[in-house]
Amino acid sequence: MDLISTVTFLPLFGAIVLMFFPREHEGASRVFSFLVTVVAFFLSLKLLYGFQTNADMQFVKDMPWIASLGISYKVGVDGISLFLVLLVTFTMPIAVLSSFRAITDRVKEFHVCMLLLETAMLGAFVSLDLFLFYVFWEMMLIPMYFLIGMWGGKRRIYETIKFFIFTMIGSLLMLVGILYVVFQFKAQTGTLTFDLFRLYDVQLSAQSQWLVFLAFALSFAIKVPMFPFHTWLPDAHVEAPTAASVILAGVLLKMGGYGFLRFAMPLFPEAALRGAPIIVALALIGIIYGALVAMVQKDVKKLVAYSSVSHLGFVMLGLFALNSIGVTGAIYQMLNHGLSTGALFLLVGIIYERRHTRLIEDFGGLTRVMPWFAVYFMIVTLSSIGLPLTNGFVGEFLILLGAFKANPMWGIVAAIGVVLGAIYMLWMYQRVFFGEITHAENENLKDLSGREIAVLAPIIALIFFMGIFPNPILRRMEPAVDKFIERVVEKRVARESQAGFEEFVVENDAGAGEVR
Amino acid sequence: MHEAIWIIPLAPLVGAYINGKLAALYARRGRGPSEKLIAAIGVVAPLVSFVVACSVFLHFRGLEGAERMVIVDLFPWIVSGNLNIGFSLMIDSLSMLMVLVVTGIGTVIHIYSVGYMHGDRGFARYFAYLNLFMFSMLMLVMGKNLLILFVGWEGVGLCSYLLIGFWYKDLANAAAGKKAFIVNRIGDFAFLIGMFVLFVATSRMGEGTLDFVALRAMVSEHPQAFAATATAAGILLFIGACGKSAQIPLFVWLPDAMAGPTPVSALIHAATMVTAGVYMVTRLSFLYLQSDVAMAVVATVGAFTALFAATIGICQRDIKKVLAYSTISQLGYMFAALGVGAFSAGIFHLMTHAFFKACLFLGSGSVIHAMSGEQDMFKMGALGKKMKITALTFIIAAVAIAGVPPLAGFFSKDEILLYTFTSHLQPLGMVLWGLLFIGAGITAFYVFRAVFLTFFGERRYTDEVAHHVHESPLSMTIPLILLAVGSIFAGFLGVPGVLGGSNHLHHYLEPSIGLLAAHGDDVSHAVAAGHASQSAEVTLMVLSVLAGLLGIFVAYILYIRRPDRPAQLTMKLGRLYHLVYNKYFVDEAYDAMIVKPGYLISNRFLFNLVDVKIIDSIVNTIGVGTRLMGSLFRLLQTGVVRTYAFFFLIGILYVIYKMVG
Repeated sequence: MDLISTVTFLPLFGAIVLMFFPREHEGASRVFSFLVTVVAFFLSLKLLYGFQTNADMQFVKDMPWIASLGISYKVGVDGISLFLVLLVTFTMPIAVLSSFRAITDRVKEFHVCMLLLETAMLGAFVSLDLFLFYVFWEMMLIPMYFLIGMWGGKRRIYETIKFFIFTMIGSLLMLVGILYVVFQFKAQTGTLTFDLFRLYDVQLSAQSQWLVFLAFALSFAIKVPMFPFHTWLPDAHVEAPTAASVILAGVLLKMGGYGFLRFAMPLFPEAALRGAPIIVALALIGIIYGALVAMVQKDVKKLVAYSSVSHLGFVMLGLFALNSIGVTGAIYQMLNHGLSTGALFLLVGIIYERRHTRLIEDFGGLTRVMPWFAVYFMIVTLSSIGLPLTNGFVGEFLILLGAFKANPMWGIVAAIGVVLGAIYMLWMYQRVFFGEITHAENENLKDLSGREIAVLAPIIALIFFMGIFPNPILRRMEPAVDKFIERVVEKRVARESQAGFEEFVVENDAGAGEVR
Repeated sequence: MHEAIWIIPLAPLVGAYINGKLAALYARRGRGPSEKLIAAIGVVAPLVSFVVACSVFLHFRGLEGAERMVIVDLFPWIVSGNLNIGFSLMIDSLSMLMVLVVTGIGTVIHIYSVGYMHGDRGFARYFAYLNLFMFSMLMLVMGKNLLILFVGWEGVGLCSYLLIGFWYKDLANAAAGKKAFIVNRIGDFAFLIGMFVLFVATSRMGEGTLDFVALRAMVSEHPQAFAATATAAGILLFIGACGKSAQIPLFVWLPDAMAGPTPVSALIHAATMVTAGVYMVTRLSFLYLQSDVAMAVVATVGAFTALFAATIGICQRDIKKVLAYSTISQLGYMFAALGVGAFSAGIFHLMTHAFFKACLFLGSGSVIHAMSGEQDMFKMGALGKKMKITALTFIIAAVAIAGVPPLAGFFSKDEILLYTFTSHLQPLGMVLWGLLFIGAGITAFYVFRAVFLTFFGERRYTDEVAHHVHESPLSMTIPLILLAVGSIFAGFLGVPGVLGGSNHLHHYLEPSIGLLAAHGDDVSHAVAAGHASQSAEVTLMVLSVLAGLLGIFVAYILYIRRPDRPAQLTMKLGRLYHLVYNKYFVDEAYDAMIVKPGYLISNRFLFNLVDVKIIDSIVNTIGVGTRLMGSLFRLLQTGVVRTYAFFFLIGILYVIYKMVG
């Protein structure tokens, strides 16, 4: 098999093997699934090593799958998806390792779900065929339902349903949209195909393009999640076990942004530009709203969840700034958010395992008893609030600058979120770590164990590396980003000449900003 | 050797890393390396920087003006689109002076800290933070572009946060640290936008840049084209400076910052970090000069802050709080100078202030150390006899800040007053001069009030405390002596022509200030030099000295000759005293207008109403399916996972089969 397919399906293969493990040998299940994810990670590094810095899709594997329906197995990575793939393979071993003590019930099944989830996520990032993408997209949901529904907290059933409703609505709309596009394309060219790059050339009337874009956008917006479709997220996080939260925040939420980037925007550029003001407005509301609501949370995990709403607002803002600085920043910020929020959930999980509470008021003064924990938490906090020389700053700065270039007001409003970010994070930190210990139960808390340090240290290292040397990553992204912008903008320009789109030209000038 | 300027910030970073590791190990194991080792690492790190800085300085001596420039491009940092930010350092005349002040005074304060922090549980942690601060501050003054400056800018903010809350067990300290960080972030918000304005403006003109050298060249090329940009960016960046340098309306964090250890107050909250705003504006002098509006804003805010903070200083009981408000006030003087175009005068005052204010703070630290932590001046008195060195150095620094010739403060403050008076922005200049002139008198009064209350008059503490009062160890008194010597002589670097000097400092800084020499000599100099006749200059000088002496005299009358008077006066002034004593209730106003409503709106309206009640109820009632799906899921729940996983797997196998086959 080719490299991409090997990386993608290795976890699935691992899951199948794992199913035949005897149920009693919990330790063996844990170690096995950890090893599988580690091997997948090292294999994925070969992708990075062999990647050429240009705009092309690389490591492409294209073969017919269900030929009669024009469905093919087509995968590949460019400078955008490469790093998201690496984010998946990097996060998985960490998530698996973090669950070693937390998951004691149905251990084997848990790890099967985790491995299936990894394949699904990888598949979604590398798919270049709409049908294949949809299969992986749906395949992601199933293990996630189980992870929250079976290993989650007290209200997990309610939350699983909420999660289910939200994501199902989105998925179904997207499916309708996909089919519509495919059949329109067939009507125009006579070819039935799900190949994404060929479908990029589909010609749709303004009206239908707008409707299909909305279907895709809604599906992805729920996934991001954007205000006001975000309420499933805090609840899902609160109920989810740590490992699932790490994956949910670290990787799954990136699917929304990636969906816009790879599908919704290049497929329907005019509609994307028409919708840009709305999406930017929602992104800006999300940035401020998420931060303000995070500020008043009493549960640390919920606070982190709402901070995600704010951070992902930045990502969406950068994408729709539609200039290379903003889009690059958005992709970089997806990686950052995966690392820092993933790390925050790990840290919250570590303290939850010890105290079985996540309420801020149950802590205080932890620095004295858990100094290493306090240091790690501080570093991740600083990354989350975007301190220079941590990864968070690079992403935030690029997004804000890109947004400001597109429209100064966007940059200004979003920058308020940076101030609020410092407020809610440092206030939380202060209440958890500073002062005297006020609860006797906290007196004898154990500091980080060797395993916990092993879980966190790689993330900490990356936080600094990506903050000090962002350029090796930015450089590899740039050609793909430029191509994306070109596609969205040039396709629109090409079509404008075909008439029928004058109405948008006027409207879109505000949204397009510096693009031209 | 001089190409190795990257050693200057690196040495303290290495020190911070080693001591940080030691601190963490110490915390974990409960025992650790000796204080001597930690102190050695902590002190040697900034000393190395200082030595390298001196070697660069010597290298510069033989060079003319614009040749005094070392640039080191380390690696490309953030490159995207037309943005190209290098991780680059630079030392020119201005940076040279700043680096010498930071590393020189920094080293002295590190030495002082060895004695002051002796026996503290967090000894290693303290030096790690302090070294990290040195690294950040040096990045700030050596950054070749605005973004590297911003790295240092945020870095010093972080260290300030960590050091204010150093004794974190007391929540009040931690809260003060957080307040400092957040107020600074508000300033940084404007700073960021200011950078964006500059970048977008330069992008429009061809090449987007934040590089100081390139920016200066561009502005020098087309000064008129930058008029609007200079106003917008200048004011925005200055708001950032208001945060860092504690000017109206963002000064509220600095008094609270006194919760940190006293050497920290001396280094960060008096001598170096808080002057970052002054440095930044001077660094961008070529830009500010293009906008009279931005300049007027800087000058006005500076002068008002100078007087405003000085009045609060009159009523404080806590010796460190007096010095904190004094710092805010003195920074106001510096900004007033910058605003009227007297950039070198502002930097001159920055330098002399670094000496005498650090000396005052360390002196107060020595007193607090001796008094076992007491900071209320009304519980001190007559300490002069027991702490001769501390008292003497403190008085020298006090005389310097009061503006009595020939000590350092006289020359630098006098220059500022002169240039505001002769500013081309009239009648604003006269008004500002008036404010600063009154402020000068008040400054002399409050600082000598502190001197008399602390070192003279009657003893106002118990015998038990008296038993412990002692002069501080050598590691603390030697730094005091060094700084006192600086407070006496630093002023001679800028003796004005009218007194027969040649103002060395002004000439040294010239190549870094204003437009590039080839382009706009006339502009920068006309503004900066502001001409007055010799007799007017001498008159102003005499007036300001008299104001200082009057302030000292009034303090002497009130606190030595008639110690009963202050209490009576307070009674008489009643409300006014109450208002000033409570710092004009600015903190309370911010709390009532911003903090509380912000929290309430977020909690009651956004979270509990919008999120929980509105959006969630919509979701929960969506479709008929909710309950249906609930029961459906209950069915699923009763099943065995394996069954589902099995079905799931069948599906996948089918997919793979189709794929391969």
